[in-house]
Amino acid sequence: MTDATGRPRTVLVLGGGSDIGLAITHALVGRGARGVVLAARDTARLDAPAAALRAAGAAVETIEFDAEQVDTHEDVVAQAFERARALTGDVDIAILAFGLLDQATVLEEPPATAGHVAMVNFAGVVSSGLAVAQQMAAQGHGTIVVLSSLAGQRARPSLLPYAAAKAGVDAFGDGLDEALLGTGVRVMTVRPGWVRSKMTADRRSAPFATSTERVASDVLRGLDRGSRVVWSPGVIRLVGAIIHYLPRPLFRLLLGSR
Amino acid sequence: MSTGDPSNGTRRRLTGWGGTAPSVATVVHPATRGDARAAFEAAGPRGLIARGLGRAYGDAAQNGGGMVLATAGLNGTALTAIGPIDGPRATITVGGGASLEAIQRAVLRTGWSLPVLPGTRHVTIGGAIASDVHGKNHHVDGSFGAHVEAFTLQPPAGDPIVVTRASDAALFEATTGGMGLTGVVLAATLRLMKVETRLMRVHNQRTADLDATMRALVEADATHRYSVAWLDLASTRARGRGIVTAADHARAAEAPAVGLLDEPSLWRATVPPVVPMNLVRRAGVSLFNAAWFRRPLPSEALAPIESYMAPLDALGAWNRLYGPRGLVQYQCALPAGEEAVLRAIVEAITHAPAVPALSVLKRFGPGNGAPLSFPIEGWTLAVDFPAGDPALGASLDTLDEHVAAAGGRVYFAKDARMRAEMVPLMYPRIDEWRATQARIDPAGVLTSDLDRRLHLTAASTRSAR
Ligand SMILES: Cc1cc2nc3c(=O)[nH]c(=O)nc-3n(C[C@H](O)[C@H](O)[C@H](O)COP(=O)(O)OP(=O)(O)OC[C@H]3O[C@@H](n4cnc5c(N)ncnc54)[C@H](O)[C@@H]3O)c2cc1C
Repeated sequence: MTDATGRPRTVLVLGGGSDIGLAITHALVGRGARGVVLAARDTARLDAPAAALRAAGAAVETIEFDAEQVDTHEDVVAQAFERARALTGDVDIAILAFGLLDQATVLEEPPATAGHVAMVNFAGVVSSGLAVAQQMAAQGHGTIVVLSSLAGQRARPSLLPYAAAKAGVDAFGDGLDEALLGTGVRVMTVRPGWVRSKMTADRRSAPFATSTERVASDVLRGLDRGSRVVWSPGVIRLVGAIIHYLPRPLFRLLLGSR
Repeated sequence: MSTGDPSNGTRRRLTGWGGTAPSVATVVHPATRGDARAAFEAAGPRGLIARGLGRAYGDAAQNGGGMVLATAGLNGTALTAIGPIDGPRATITVGGGASLEAIQRAVLRTGWSLPVLPGTRHVTIGGAIASDVHGKNHHVDGSFGAHVEAFTLQPPAGDPIVVTRASDAALFEATTGGMGLTGVVLAATLRLMKVETRLMRVHNQRTADLDATMRALVEADATHRYSVAWLDLASTRARGRGIVTAADHARAAEAPAVGLLDEPSLWRATVPPVVPMNLVRRAGVSLFNAAWFRRPLPSEALAPIESYMAPLDALGAWNRLYGPRGLVQYQCALPAGEEAVLRAIVEAITHAPAVPALSVLKRFGPGNGAPLSFPIEGWTLAVDFPAGDPALGASLDTLDEHVAAAGGRVYFAKDARMRAEMVPLMYPRIDEWRATQARIDPAGVLTSDLDRRLHLTAASTRSAR
C-alpha cells in the first residue's frame, strides 16, 4: 500500500518501454518504491529499462502484454498482480503508458494503421484499465495513472486518430474514477503537452514542449495532492481550456493546423 | 448496523487515527460471539482482522479488500459487556470491545482503577492487549499485558479458547503485542488496583534542554509512580527543553473535599498544545510551543486521573486539526545507555524539513516476555508530524536505522510507514512469534494492511518476500 508518507511500494507499468512511464517509475523508485512489474508486447525490449530500475534499487519483473489483444487483458493483468505480490506486494500504482503515434497525416494514412492506433490507444486502455481497476477494487486500494494528452482536448488533422483516441481515454479516465468511488481506488488522468521522447524524436516540437522528467515530477505532485487531473507543464491547463472552446476558425489560425 | 453475517457487512474506507493510507474493507459488527466465528468462516482470500476504536495511528486495524471485524460501538453486546468486579481477587471480566473509558467509569465509583492507562481512554481491551499498551507508570507497573489474567480468543477456526499464562504461555505472549494477528479477543479478565480518590497529585518542572529533561525524568521516576515529559522540538535554541510532569494517586487525606463520586468534568483540563497544522508551519509551532513552555505553571496541583493520563481526550477529534492529509506519529524506544542516540535523533528531528508538532519523552521500565511487546527498558520518544511532506518518509527511514542500530524499535501501534526489513532488527524474536502465530492460524487467514506492509506473519512473508 502507498504508505502514510505517500510512498508506494509496488508499481505496475503497462507499456513498460514507454519513456514517460519509465520516468514516472524512476521517480517513484527514487521515493522508495521497491517492486516494479513492466509489461510490454516485446519483453526483450524491457531488458534495458529493467536493468536501469534494478540499478536504482528496485526488484523488477517483466511480463508480456499486447495492448491490442483486448481478450487477453483480464488474464495478463491478473498475472501481473500476482507477480507483483510475489515481488513486493499489492500493486499500489498502475501506470497505463502504452500508446502508438500515427506515422502520417491522416488523409494519407492507411485506414488500417489508423485503426490500430485507435485500438491500442483507446480500446487497449479501456480493457486493461478496467482489468486493473477490478484487481485494485478487490484489494481495496490503489491508484491508476492514465496517460491522456493535451492533444485529446481538441483533435486536429495531424495526429487525428491519436488525438481522437486520447479524447476517449480522457473521458474513460474521468468516468472510471467516478465508477471507483467507494472502492479505495482512484484514477489520475495525466494530460501532458508535447513531450520530447523517443516516440516524438523525429517530429517537430510544439509550443509548451516538456520533458519526461517534468511529467514525472508533475505526476508525483499530483499523487501527493490526490489530483484527478494533472496537466504537464501546469500552464497548459489554460491552453487546454482555450483550445477546447475556441471556435474552429480561430483554432485553425492559432495552431496553424492544416 | 450489520452483524457478523458477512452478507450484512458494509464496504468502508478505513484509516487509523493518523488519517493516512486508507483502504476499503468489508466491515462486520459482531453482536454475539458466534458472529465472530461466522465472520472467520466467511472471510475470503484477503483474510480478517479485528478493529477496536481505531486509535492505532497507522494501518494495524485495516485490511484492504478483506474483512474487518469491528468490536466496538455496539453497546449491550457480549463484546462490550463490563462484568461485575470480583473484589476479593481484585479483577473484572470485560468484553474485548469494551473501552477503557467505559470500564473506568464503571470501576472508579467504587475506588478501583485499571492499572495501565495509555494517552487516550478511547481504546478497547482488545486493542490494549494487541498493542500491549503502556502508560506513564511503565517504570513501576509495566505494560497492559502484565495485568491481564486471562482472555478468551476466537481463533480463525474452531471454538473460542480461554488463554492464560498457565494454559498456553506462548499464545498468551504472542497475543500480547501481537497486533490482532493471533485471533479476536472476545473477553478478558483484568486485575484492578485500589484508588482512594479520582485525583492525581501532579508535580510540574520546566527543563532547559534535553539533558535537563532526561535528568528530571530519571529523578521523577525514583519517587513517583507516573511521569512524562512534553518536549519542545521546534525550538532550535533550547533543543529538547520541556515540562516534566510527575504524579501519584492522591490519597483521601490530600483531597478531602473531593469524593469518588464527583464528576471529573468539574475540573478544568490542561491540554497540551495541539497546533492546527494545516494552518501553520514551523514558525507557528515554535510560537505555540514557546507560549506553552512559558505559561504559568504551578509546581504542584491536583488533577483528575483522566486529565493527567489522557489530556488530549478533552479535545475530541484533534487529529482533524492536521487537515485531510493527516499525521504520522513516530514512536521509538531506545535501550537505557543509548542516550547519545536519543540526542542524535532529537538533533535530526530539529533539523529535518518535517515539522515536529507534539513531542513526548518517557522512560520505560523493563520489558515483559512477549516477543512483539514494544517497551524495553530505557527511553521512548513520540513525535507527531503532519503527513504530506514528501521528505518525511526518507527522514524517518534514517531515524529507523539509528534506532535499530542502537537495539531500539518502533511501535507498531503508531507506525504507518516503516519498512519490512526493519522488523527482524527491531524485534529479534519475530521468528518465535511467527511460529506461534502459524500454529494458531495455519491457513493464514489473519492479516492486516500492517501485516502486508511489515511481513509480520509467516503467511505474509510467503506471498510477498
Ligand atoms: C491520543 C492517543 C494517545 C495514545 N497514547 C498511547 C500511550 O500512551 N501508550 C500506548 O501504548 N498507546 C497509546 N496510543 C495507542 C493506542 O493505545 C493503541 O493503538 C491501541 O491499540 C488502540 O486501541 P483500539 O481499541 O483503538 O484498537 P485499534 O486501533 O482499532 O486496533 C489496534 C490493534 O489492535 C487490534 N485489535 C483491536 N481489537 C482487537 C480484538 N478484540 N482482538 C484482537 N486484536 C484486536 C487490531 O487488530 C490492531 O492490530 C495512543 C493513541 C492515541 C490516539
